[in-house]
Amino acid sequence: MTTTNDPHGPGRYQPLGPDDRREMLEVVGVGSLDELFSSIPAGLQFRGDLPVEEAMSEPELIRHLGELAATNGPATGMLSFLGAGCYPHFVPTHVDALIQRQEFMTSYTPYQAEISQGTLQAIFEFQTLVAMLTGMEVCNASMYDGSSAVAEAVLMARRLVRRGGRVLWSEGLHPAYREVAETYAQHLDVEFELMPVDTDGRTTIPAIDDDVIAVIVQQPNFFGVLEDLRAAGAALHEVGAKFIVAITEPVAWALTVPAGELGADIVAGELQSFGNGQNYGGPLVGFMATRMEYVRNLPGRLAGQTVDADGRRGFVLTLATREQHIRRAKATSNICTNTALCALATCIHLSSLGRTGVRQLALQNLAKATYARQELAAIDGIEAAFDGPFFNEFVLCLPMAAGEAVDACAANGVIPGVPLGRFDAQREHQLLVCVTEVHTRADIDKLVQTLAGVCS
Amino acid sequence: MRDDQAQLKQESLIFERGGAGRVGYTLPKLDVPAIDPEDVWGADSVRAPIEGFPEVSEVDVVRHFTRISQHNFGLESGLFPLGSCTMKYNPKVHEIVVRNSGFAAAHPYMPASIVQGALELMRRLEVALAAVSGMDRVTLQPAAGAQGELTGIMMIAAYHASRGDTRRRTVLIPDSAHGTNPATASFCGFDPVEIPSNSRGTIDIEALRAATDDTTAALMLTNPNTLGLFEDQMEEIAAIMHGCGAQIYCDGANLNAILGKARPGDFGIDAFHINLHKTFTTPHGGGGPGGGPVGVRQHLVPFLPRPTVETDADSGASYLDWDRPDSIGKVHAFYGNFGIMVRAYTYIRALGAVGLRQVAEDAVLNANYIRARLKDCYHLPQDRLCMHEVIFSDRRQKRHDVSAMDICKRLMDYGYHPPTVYFPLVVSGALMIEPTETVSREDLDDFVDAMVAIAREAESDPERVRSAPHSTFLSRLDEARAARKPVLRWDPELAEETPAIEAR
Repeated sequence: MTTTNDPHGPGRYQPLGPDDRREMLEVVGVGSLDELFSSIPAGLQFRGDLPVEEAMSEPELIRHLGELAATNGPATGMLSFLGAGCYPHFVPTHVDALIQRQEFMTSYTPYQAEISQGTLQAIFEFQTLVAMLTGMEVCNASMYDGSSAVAEAVLMARRLVRRGGRVLWSEGLHPAYREVAETYAQHLDVEFELMPVDTDGRTTIPAIDDDVIAVIVQQPNFFGVLEDLRAAGAALHEVGAKFIVAITEPVAWALTVPAGELGADIVAGELQSFGNGQNYGGPLVGFMATRMEYVRNLPGRLAGQTVDADGRRGFVLTLATREQHIRRAKATSNICTNTALCALATCIHLSSLGRTGVRQLALQNLAKATYARQELAAIDGIEAAFDGPFFNEFVLCLPMAAGEAVDACAANGVIPGVPLGRFDAQREHQLLVCVTEVHTRADIDKLVQTLAGVCS
Repeated sequence: MRDDQAQLKQESLIFERGGAGRVGYTLPKLDVPAIDPEDVWGADSVRAPIEGFPEVSEVDVVRHFTRISQHNFGLESGLFPLGSCTMKYNPKVHEIVVRNSGFAAAHPYMPASIVQGALELMRRLEVALAAVSGMDRVTLQPAAGAQGELTGIMMIAAYHASRGDTRRRTVLIPDSAHGTNPATASFCGFDPVEIPSNSRGTIDIEALRAATDDTTAALMLTNPNTLGLFEDQMEEIAAIMHGCGAQIYCDGANLNAILGKARPGDFGIDAFHINLHKTFTTPHGGGGPGGGPVGVRQHLVPFLPRPTVETDADSGASYLDWDRPDSIGKVHAFYGNFGIMVRAYTYIRALGAVGLRQVAEDAVLNANYIRARLKDCYHLPQDRLCMHEVIFSDRRQKRHDVSAMDICKRLMDYGYHPPTVYFPLVVSGALMIEPTETVSREDLDDFVDAMVAIAREAESDPERVRSAPHSTFLSRLDEARAARKPVLRWDPELAEETPAIEAR
């Protein structure tokens, strides 16, 4: 078998040279590299070359990947107003620079605490920031994304109430989150039932029967509308059901009353908005927060404070008896890898925004979205779908299928929003528009002009 | 650990730094009328500023996170021989290409016509992973290995259900398996049944045969297994499982050992997950994000998570196919960790077929070199050729009351990240060493010297090993205390109980 240290090939990532290999094989006591694989039965060995494309040098790679990226819209200056669970927010330069430090980016899960204090302290700070933002007592170290976090919240509620039953969820819970939760819960004794939204875009919460184990409401909801969570919390606790609040747009939480003050038992969702780009939908930053009394039922990693042998403050992963590597089949979840580096970006961005900035950011989103909705709803034939309060997203009713409007606008360099017909055929004429701090007044005016042109 | 670790200072929490009025952010000018949220939402729907949130400048933030980063050991700090985790060098070019704005700013709900580059990359990655694993189709949606397992076992459950085969309740799992395997099986509603290993460290075939019947849904195995050995009786295992109508799921954590040398699709595997953050060297990030694509044989294709990425035969355009009635559903809000896919694809394109094979060859050579050089100092439960990792135990050092964990902590003093410890569970006091292919012979020799020195210390000065680490900036941390009285967030009152900063 030939090996290569060819400069056009992969040799640059593999330090062994031909002399090293020869001498090391002698130490091992085998005659060839092939012989090292003699425990694989001959009939199961793969001979020849894998059918993959030819190796590239680094300049060739950069060019090839650049060409692939260039065929994507954003590289050609598309103006986008898409949100719906993945938001266009500005990521400060220092956030991306810091997460690329090799000590953070290349390190492993911090099981060996003495040489992982950087990651552990950052997780502890992340847990604190998110707990403060949501008004909850404890937050885990992150989950894959908001959808699987909500799915895990359903399973956690099921463990807490120790019985099967109905889960009522709002039509304003992101449809993709609902689909993931259904996938996760398909082997469980829970049934999901939809609570529709009213003309104001808010969820109508019915009387809660005692076979309900959990109620899930998203804040702000999928249609961008702020729910009245005060009404929801009290009713459920009377029947012993758990109140789950879902989040796709955490920036709103700088201004809204925190879920912890409204009786939420579990807050689960997404933090991509803080510090992370869109990356065609992943990686994202799922998280779950809850009350301390439920912490032993919370899935995912947790960093906790302790002391070292000399009495100094330090941090370790803790309460691991909830987790798969200790509890195996009886673990709270099978989750192992999470999204630590994305959570670090969230932690750094939230720290940088701080007490004032997080509020100013939210206010700017609110002001720009309010301006956009006012201008868009003034177009002949277009009206706002809901009259409830909103944050940085809102739904418009168009005089045509929203998908067609999107295609027509895209031809003019604007993607005006997400056509809701892709989730619900009844909403074929509805368009979900997201406006954030990255959009200028001129951008919004261009959106108005383009959509007006298409819809007239 | 670096020599200067002892001189590194502790860093207070971000909440304990800064001061009122400091600003670490920037916002564009507000060029539309300001809105008072109390006017539009009502006063009782608006919160006060968040108490306790930091007030720090950008400089404060950069110095804080840089300082705490220096309390971490990264791959570029030195040898990171963490078994089962495949801690290989993460090429720098990956971080350049993934930040192309065409990728980084692409939104998942952009019309397919304007994200052809992203879809094309996903399609190409799927084809490459199918080629490497010998499977027919691959879903890229799972966000990590454990979610890949979940996806694979759900597809197997859906397959049995589609045939009206509803009696299958058990999933067989070797005792050497990762904890995620039994957790996944019970997560999907199956009863996990443990299958013992034999004296050779592989699956006990007779025990497997005895446990398999028409109520068995699947076998979940890892090959090469967690003892670093190839399960060489695959043909018999496949005959037993498939003979009873059960499926075989393979945990791909150890794919690095067999790249270009053997393919799961050729040894009877029905579903197989790949950890992109291991074999395809996307950064571990201190615990994630990862990527857990799952490859399947043809009979499981209808059950793949939706959407799949397809190519229109006429136009050559790529698109997302949502119309998959037998799909298990979605496991991710969008299409998975696309940013991780970009890095994995770049890596495969950098290596090509010869490079992929060379990865396995060098990885296996390095592990065997360590095995050969350390077996006189450390007990070797399986004294034969290993694959990409070698498992020693602390049996000899135990005589001096020095444990595997003590050896790990002492290795930090010599400048290394410790190996995986106390896993697999079938080896008492296991030290699981996976050097990977991205380590030089000099580094291997230095690591061997350190391990030999620690073995000597265990005899001559065991207390020195037991009380390690000595050169890290914190000494051994009290994990029991953390669990007994959990403090899981900063609280100004609790912070006063333990001194934040104290000179040694």
